[in-house]
Amino acid sequence: MFQHKRFNSELTFFQKVKDLDYILILCIVLLSIISVFVMYSTDGGEILYHTKSHFIKILVFFTLMMVISFFNIKFWHITSYIFYFSIILLLIWVAMYGIKASGSQRWVDLYFIVLQPSELMKIGVILCLAKYYHRLKIDSVNSLLSITVALTIIIIPIILVLAQPDLGTSILIAFSGLIILWLGGVKIKYFFVSFITFLISLPFIISFLKPYQKLRILTFLDPDRDPLGAGYQIIQSKIAIGSGGLSGKGFLKGTQSYLEFLPEKHTDFIFTLFSEEFGFLGSIGLLIIYTIIIVRIIRIGVLSRSNFAKFFCFGFAFAIFIYIVVNLSMVLGLLPIVGSPLPIMSYGGSSMLATMIGFGIVLSAKINHRQTIA
Amino acid sequence: MIKENLSIRKADIINRRMFIIGAAKVLIFVGIIGRLFSLQINENKKYLTLSDKNRIREWKLPPTRGNIVDYFGNIIAGNLKVYQLHIIPEQVENFNYLLNRLKFLLQLSEKKILNILKSKKKLKPWESIIVSENLSWSQFVKVNNYLYDLVGVKPVMTISRNYPFNDIYTHVLGYVSQPNENDILQNQIIQERFVPGMKVGKLGLEKTLENHLIGTNDIQRYEVNAYGKRINHLEYQKGKQGSKIRLTVDTEVQKLSAKLLAGQAGSISVMDIYTGEVVAMYSSPSYDPNLFLFGISKDEWELIRNNPLKPLINKTLSGLYSPGSTIKPIVALSALENNIINPNFKVKCTGKTELYGQTFHCWKEKGHGFVSLNNAMKQSCDTYFYEIARLLGVDRLKITAKKFGLGEKVLGDYFENEKKGLFPNTSWKKNNLGKGWVLGETLITGIGQGYTQTTPLQLCLMTAQIANGGYSIKPKIIVNNDPLSFEEAKKNMKEQSLINFNTQLFKDEKNIKIVQEAMFSSTNEIGGTSYRSRIDNPKYQFAGKTGTAQVKRISKRERELDLKIDQIPYNDRDHALYVAYGPYENPRYALSIIVEHGGSGSKAAAPMAKKLFKLIIDRDALREKQPNFEEIDI
Repeated sequence: MFQHKRFNSELTFFQKVKDLDYILILCIVLLSIISVFVMYSTDGGEILYHTKSHFIKILVFFTLMMVISFFNIKFWHITSYIFYFSIILLLIWVAMYGIKASGSQRWVDLYFIVLQPSELMKIGVILCLAKYYHRLKIDSVNSLLSITVALTIIIIPIILVLAQPDLGTSILIAFSGLIILWLGGVKIKYFFVSFITFLISLPFIISFLKPYQKLRILTFLDPDRDPLGAGYQIIQSKIAIGSGGLSGKGFLKGTQSYLEFLPEKHTDFIFTLFSEEFGFLGSIGLLIIYTIIIVRIIRIGVLSRSNFAKFFCFGFAFAIFIYIVVNLSMVLGLLPIVGSPLPIMSYGGSSMLATMIGFGIVLSAKINHRQTIA
Repeated sequence: MIKENLSIRKADIINRRMFIIGAAKVLIFVGIIGRLFSLQINENKKYLTLSDKNRIREWKLPPTRGNIVDYFGNIIAGNLKVYQLHIIPEQVENFNYLLNRLKFLLQLSEKKILNILKSKKKLKPWESIIVSENLSWSQFVKVNNYLYDLVGVKPVMTISRNYPFNDIYTHVLGYVSQPNENDILQNQIIQERFVPGMKVGKLGLEKTLENHLIGTNDIQRYEVNAYGKRINHLEYQKGKQGSKIRLTVDTEVQKLSAKLLAGQAGSISVMDIYTGEVVAMYSSPSYDPNLFLFGISKDEWELIRNNPLKPLINKTLSGLYSPGSTIKPIVALSALENNIINPNFKVKCTGKTELYGQTFHCWKEKGHGFVSLNNAMKQSCDTYFYEIARLLGVDRLKITAKKFGLGEKVLGDYFENEKKGLFPNTSWKKNNLGKGWVLGETLITGIGQGYTQTTPLQLCLMTAQIANGGYSIKPKIIVNNDPLSFEEAKKNMKEQSLINFNTQLFKDEKNIKIVQEAMFSSTNEIGGTSYRSRIDNPKYQFAGKTGTAQVKRISKRERELDLKIDQIPYNDRDHALYVAYGPYENPRYALSIIVEHGGSGSKAAAPMAKKLFKLIIDRDALREKQPNFEEIDI
């Protein structure tokens, strides 16, 4: 049996390097390079603020990812709760002293970076629940107490983030958390029942939404009701993507973005610009890279001996997947507009930081996949 | 051991659940790819169009109006390059400095500066402000010299209407100017093609033929950004110039008419007696239509408006005059046609006729003695015509007058200001004045006074139709795709009259001949009223009839005084008229001349005919060489 050949956790540096997932790293590098070029295009074909800043962030956070990957997975297991609570504290800090911008209070100035803790919470909630479910006895997974604790872990950050207000991130946090519950073995029945309950109470929930959020939903249902106002973003986004065609208008030739018809083209709508310039084929290519990343992360989860690593990898893979789906559905007009970045591609430090930390932990899980955790 | 097993059981659950989710992920990705496919492949065309609509904006430029040319192809309303000065505010570094420089360079007024500042507030920063619509060449050069110092200023060359013959054609062509609200609302085409800076016809043919002349807009396509700022110039699509319109008028004859009437109020019209082509149509005084292109100044406008000779009135078409003795050929013809008289019928003129206690004077106080028709026409004996008018009656006279075009518009719808005039009869008076006709009124109608009102062009048409042998012609001023040389027209005229009796204006051809001979005598025989203006050379020899239309009733005292013309106040002087046609042997042209308050027809009007006929007939050969066909459906 495996447990007899107890694995020596003291790996040499070269062993660690050898055990990295190079396909995953290659995909991340590829995505980073693409994102820099796309950022260059959003700057109108010049190396301006966004390109420079994005490039520096990628360099810094990629290095951070590599550093994280060399830590033992045990370290992340030990620090999960601390990580989670630190972010909770940051969120509370934001609620009290955060920086306000365009009507919401989401950021905290750490002097070297303006951080958006809610982005980090996407990872934090996965880490925290992964540890919780890793330690939970399989028989008590469906006990009232454990489900209550798990849900509390999810709901506390959601309340804090919703208060900012930031619906998009709250939804992503919710998904990231719930996936661990699902993986942990919470009865399918419960999911089913709560989903039905959610649907039934949806009208009630909508009545609690802020007017601009209601407007977004109405706009989603019929973008043409106010083409120059609320529907503008989604209409212009669809025009940009649709006009890209099979092979796109060419690098730096996306008229929709170049002529400033695209809103938020650096951040949430980055895919729109990419798709306009590189077309259907480019978009499929991008999706393939993302798919490879997700598959590689799942593979690491499958390889991992510890359930904590499994929970984290599968949870993170799902989270990445959800980010992509929510972002793409939004720009393709399949979902109402909720602020959600596209991992790596979108401009934004916190989102990239969270993603890179996630990748770092996944790579650490790969290096230490034989490691069990008590 | 148990713990390990539990851990493995847990891992199994995790893996199993993972793969359920995995399947869902694949499905969702497929859905997203499907959506991408539908947007980018299936609906690509639709979104490409929308994207182009987003980024491409069209700027319409004023269309280029069609030229108007005379019969010989000389441009009488053309287009001229003009130099304009625009400011593009967003390119200006220091607006006040720029304005000061321009003010100094172009001598701009304070008011102009205020206007520029006002339009600056109204326009977007990338829209150009027009500082001057029409720079002189020297100003344009000056601005170009200092261009390095005038950041944001753009000298522009553009096209503007131009009337090279200035005031010669004003009453025919009208003029163009900036459209007002009514112009835009009433004309669909103007509405579609309107752009600021465009000029539309305000009067005359420029207005009536607007839809032919207007042309289509030049279109500039620009790539714009989301805020509407022009980024790239993509394309310049030249519009179509408006149709060329060729008129039947002859500039030389028109010029001579203007010269002859210089300083006087009046009108000259000349017409081809077979084709109905208007060879000249001049109303004096005129004014320069070029003044209206860039907005006429108040002083200039006041000067035109307050001129006592009334330059704004197109006297040829809207001036209403008593025809005076020029009506006599029609009265004579009507009497002959109705068998009231024969050529030998004689009346004794004693200088006056008494009717119901009222005295009707002949212009010759001593009287003409016994006069026949020919003599009466020759000497314009009023008594003779009182008598035959009395015998004829006004109703029968009106029928003849109407046949020859009196009381009807001559050029139809081409001129908005053309008047119908009036030829009275008994029922007209009853209906309009509510009173019965009085015989005395018949008498004065017989010498072209009283209610009768005619336009100079009507008199011209009347004369032309007598000259061509008594056939109806359709006057025209535009050469169109209805080609008839005068010989064809002449032949056609007679053939037509066999089919359509309305085009033959006489019952007996002999009667027309008698009237023609009488008109010949009047000009070419000693004692004729226009004998002094005759031309003996048969090539130019013409026949005519003078007319002197009273403006006010002559009192007994005035009659006794027998004042010389310069002793009478201008506005009380008689209008001088003359109608004629020539050459007599083989007639081609008819004309009518009116000199307002010119005194007598024989002294003021007839001498002009002499000069006109010389020119007209000299130019006849040239005129006949010109094709009289234009591919235009008007």
